[in-house]
Amino acid sequence: MSSKVAVWEKKIKKLFQAPRKGETGELRAGLVSQYANERKDTIKQVIAAMTVGKDVSSLFPDVLKNISTHDLKQKKLVYLYLMNYAKTNPELCILAVNTFVTDTEDPNPLVRALAIRTMGCIRVDKMVDYMEIPLNRTLKDENPYVRKTAAICVAKLFELNREVCIENGYLETLKKLVEDSNPMVVANAINALAEIHEFDPSLELLTITPDLLKRFLLALNECTEWGRITILTALANYETNDHHESSHIIERVLPQLQHSNPSAVLSSIKVILLNIENLKGTDEYDNILKKLSAPLVSLVSTPPEVQYVTLRNIRIIIEKYPNILTNYFKVFFVRYNDPLYLKLEKLEIIVRLAVDNNANLILNELKEYGYEFDVDFVKRSVKAIGQIATKLPKKSEKAIEILINLLNERELYDQVTVALRDILRSYPDKSSLIIPSILQHHEHLIDSEAISSFIWILGEFEVFAYDTNLVNFVENFKDLEANAQSSLINTIVKIIVKRNDLRYLFDKIFNEIDDIDSIEIRDEVYLYQRILSLDNSKEINKIILTKLNKISNTIPKFQPEALEYLIKELSTLSSVLFTTRISKDSKINQITKIKDIKINVHNEENLLDFDGEDDSGDTPAVGSVNLLDELNDLFTNTSFNTNSVQSNSIATSNNINDLDFGFENSSNNNNSTDNDSSVNRINNNANGGINKDLLDLF
Amino acid sequence: MASSIYFCDSKGKSLLSRDYKGDIPTSAIEKFPFLLVEAEEDQANATPIIQFNGINYLYIQHDNLYLLALTKSNNNVAQIFLFLHKIINVLTDYFKELEEESIRDNFVIIYELLDEMMDFGYPQITEIKMLKEYITQKSYQLERRSKKNQALGPPSAITNAVSWRSEGIMYTKNEAFLDVVESVNMLINPQGKVLRSEILGKIKVKSHLSGMPDLRLGLNDKIINAENNKGVEMEDVKFHQCVRLSKFENEKIITFIPPDGEFELMSYRLATSLKPLIFVDCKIEKHDKSRVVINTRIKAQIKKKSTANNVEILIPIPEDADTPKFKYSHGSVKWLPEKSLVVWKLKQFQGGKEYSMYAELGLPSVTIEDPQFQLKRPIQAKFQIPYFTTSGIQVRYLKINEPKLQYQSYPWVRYITQSGDDYTIRLK
Repeated sequence: MSSKVAVWEKKIKKLFQAPRKGETGELRAGLVSQYANERKDTIKQVIAAMTVGKDVSSLFPDVLKNISTHDLKQKKLVYLYLMNYAKTNPELCILAVNTFVTDTEDPNPLVRALAIRTMGCIRVDKMVDYMEIPLNRTLKDENPYVRKTAAICVAKLFELNREVCIENGYLETLKKLVEDSNPMVVANAINALAEIHEFDPSLELLTITPDLLKRFLLALNECTEWGRITILTALANYETNDHHESSHIIERVLPQLQHSNPSAVLSSIKVILLNIENLKGTDEYDNILKKLSAPLVSLVSTPPEVQYVTLRNIRIIIEKYPNILTNYFKVFFVRYNDPLYLKLEKLEIIVRLAVDNNANLILNELKEYGYEFDVDFVKRSVKAIGQIATKLPKKSEKAIEILINLLNERELYDQVTVALRDILRSYPDKSSLIIPSILQHHEHLIDSEAISSFIWILGEFEVFAYDTNLVNFVENFKDLEANAQSSLINTIVKIIVKRNDLRYLFDKIFNEIDDIDSIEIRDEVYLYQRILSLDNSKEINKIILTKLNKISNTIPKFQPEALEYLIKELSTLSSVLFTTRISKDSKINQITKIKDIKINVHNEENLLDFDGEDDSGDTPAVGSVNLLDELNDLFTNTSFNTNSVQSNSIATSNNINDLDFGFENSSNNNNSTDNDSSVNRINNNANGGINKDLLDLF
Repeated sequence: MASSIYFCDSKGKSLLSRDYKGDIPTSAIEKFPFLLVEAEEDQANATPIIQFNGINYLYIQHDNLYLLALTKSNNNVAQIFLFLHKIINVLTDYFKELEEESIRDNFVIIYELLDEMMDFGYPQITEIKMLKEYITQKSYQLERRSKKNQALGPPSAITNAVSWRSEGIMYTKNEAFLDVVESVNMLINPQGKVLRSEILGKIKVKSHLSGMPDLRLGLNDKIINAENNKGVEMEDVKFHQCVRLSKFENEKIITFIPPDGEFELMSYRLATSLKPLIFVDCKIEKHDKSRVVINTRIKAQIKKKSTANNVEILIPIPEDADTPKFKYSHGSVKWLPEKSLVVWKLKQFQGGKEYSMYAELGLPSVTIEDPQFQLKRPIQAKFQIPYFTTSGIQVRYLKINEPKLQYQSYPWVRYITQSGDDYTIRLK
């Protein structure tokens, strides 16, 4: 046994030796050895070197000498080498053409398929000219294994040379292959067409006719799991307004929900959801929707990565069909060994599924999470409790009780304070329940959002001894972060107007204005100074004392257009990242658009410049910017705080694909829309609140 | 679709790769170790999809390996993740264990498989049994004249409608074995109330049947018939691709031509409220800075005739606990300091019986950690109960019909209920 191991070790060592002088020479000698076995072993060594990332491209001519062999394994290795290094030796590749062409005539279908598969992977322009005959031959091969390989090869060729592909009529042949008798050939022909379609949509290759539709639906039951996904994806692109057609498609796709491949199930759900709207108002509609619940739930017992895709997709689905999973909320209770990203995603689903009659169970579960170990998870759980409280008025007292217990027992001062602030905005009448506890612990607050929440609460509810607290904050004004400073100024001004008190605190800040680091805060102080010096007290009251609207839901929502878009994208990358298009080709386009935003922002700034007292034009003015129409297809029009737009455009220019939404709601009373978000495709319910918030400033 | 597939070691360094589309530079993978480190630092955002520089890194983990697919365009990610898992299944089947070592030793065959399983980013043939017919460890010569070369071609089955079974399979004794395995997951609160329970059932088949047999499986109808409110309601059933799905959808009949050998015919899920099968009552008293006392009582809440085998109760204890003392009447108790667990094992646990165990461990007099912020782990229970299904599912018949050979065949059925990977009891 041990000797065997030793032999193996030796062998492996030999294969993975560090490059040393003369190694290439040795390999070269081996490749031209007169003994077939030695040549074969050497090829293996070359591939091993390639695998570990060594550059063995200089051996190209010698490897090529071994291409015509009857040893299938050796042939595969030589082909593999060719694929990897073709680009480094485009001229020499032509030498291999002969073998390729002969191989496509080999009696063994494996060899024929291998040859045509490899030819397509040698991305060298010169190769294109030689592909015509073999490709034509293999596309019509009697063996379906060869045909299915040739079908994909057309897509490979198309990306190399579009014209040749069209001229030779390969696209037509592909279309014919879609009607092939063999399901696997059909699937690959569709794959190839879809690939070409993505590359050049103008060719309109994937137009599904009623006849084709029939074939697709028939092939669906005979395909391999991957073939089914291909067909389902193609079906999802087929749009119909015909009630009967939709009904027929759904009827044929429904059995696929029982397939063991979760991706096939998810693709089926997508097709069904895209067609179900045509059945609205019929009995079928509700029945079919009901049938989707159980398969969706089963998708939550898949490997974690697939689960993640599912959970993100479920978030989209339940926004459009809110009742579909309400009865299954327990499935989304976290498991203690779930990875963190799944736990957080499950919380997102749970808060959305909460309704009056399951909220007690959900709140009890969330309470349990509040005592967990992981800080991020605990924070999100606290937020979830707050979200449920604002969403469900009947359950708010229970939620408040849980939060206050967490405040006392688990010492989660920052998170609970922020959550309670949102609750206070929804239910100002609950202040007597909440404020005493907050007051008790306010000294522990560290997070600036929590501090600004506390300051807002002080002013809004004129909490007992608010003045001493505010005095303290003003004395440590410099230590506060910008959003807390802003909140403090707001609150003081509010009290000045309401009570004609604390003017000295504002003056103190105003006198030390040069010490303020943030330009925005300085602007804000100037702004208020000017407002307070107005004569018209009625006007001042109107500006300062406008009440914030009540918020009734702090759970972010997608904008309707975004939601429609995402439903169409289920199971794709877009649907997981909640982003706009991810496409390599439209990149340049998008960058120009970003440039436009920057210009827009700049213009707005100038318009909003108050007067010459401001230092310079690059001061971001406080105000909202409406994105112009040309951006509509990129970002749906929403209003932003200038600050966030600026940071967004920086972020977007780094990587357009990072345009994820995440406009987490900001119901803060100041302009702390410091969302961790960038451009949002979410229609935030609290959006009105933000505008109001901004109004509050003027 | 996927542009390339990479196998990486635990640090994210590439071990072996296959580039399918050539649209992503090889430098992209060199960033992966750094991206992993970043993910490590920011657990909350450490999702299996990383975006960097316009490239999407979709990765899964298998022991110490990372398997990842790179892509630039808006792909079907569910499919890609499943394909990556499929690669792991296939390679594990080929090499018994998939690890750094086995990847290095078998690079030739892995390249061959990657070539066969995916073309230009599109998944192709992933059926293990079929792949094994024409991709083998042995090297073979292409003999042009020999008639045998038919055997070296792709099995004709792979492109047929029955892509999972070759023709001409022969057994002298025709047998089919059915295993009905139910895994029970349960979340129980400290008061003994069941918060969530589900049964994940599987019917596994081992088929030793000749020719092209057509099988028909009959189950007791209270299971399959969801409209019937009596009995248990099967919420969702998933079938192996050999099962005719439309036949099931319309007539609720399970018919199929089985692959040869072992496979999972179907899986089902039931979410009914269950009583705990193994009831665990555990009180952990922690006397700070001196000791922790564990009092556990377990009861087998199953029929007297039934017996639970290999019962394990895993009780979490503080990481710094030491010097264990145990008192118990049955089974064996062990302290696993590396996992901070006390494990109580019982080889056999008869229905209706009740046992208890007492453990005491010392705690150091100095602690750094604030006890409130310690990881809250639940108690886990593991067990197997043979000859018993929780749902009450029963195989009524398995009809085997091979139209040409007309042989006699013998179906065998076994039932077993076991704990799922989430049978947990929360601690106060």
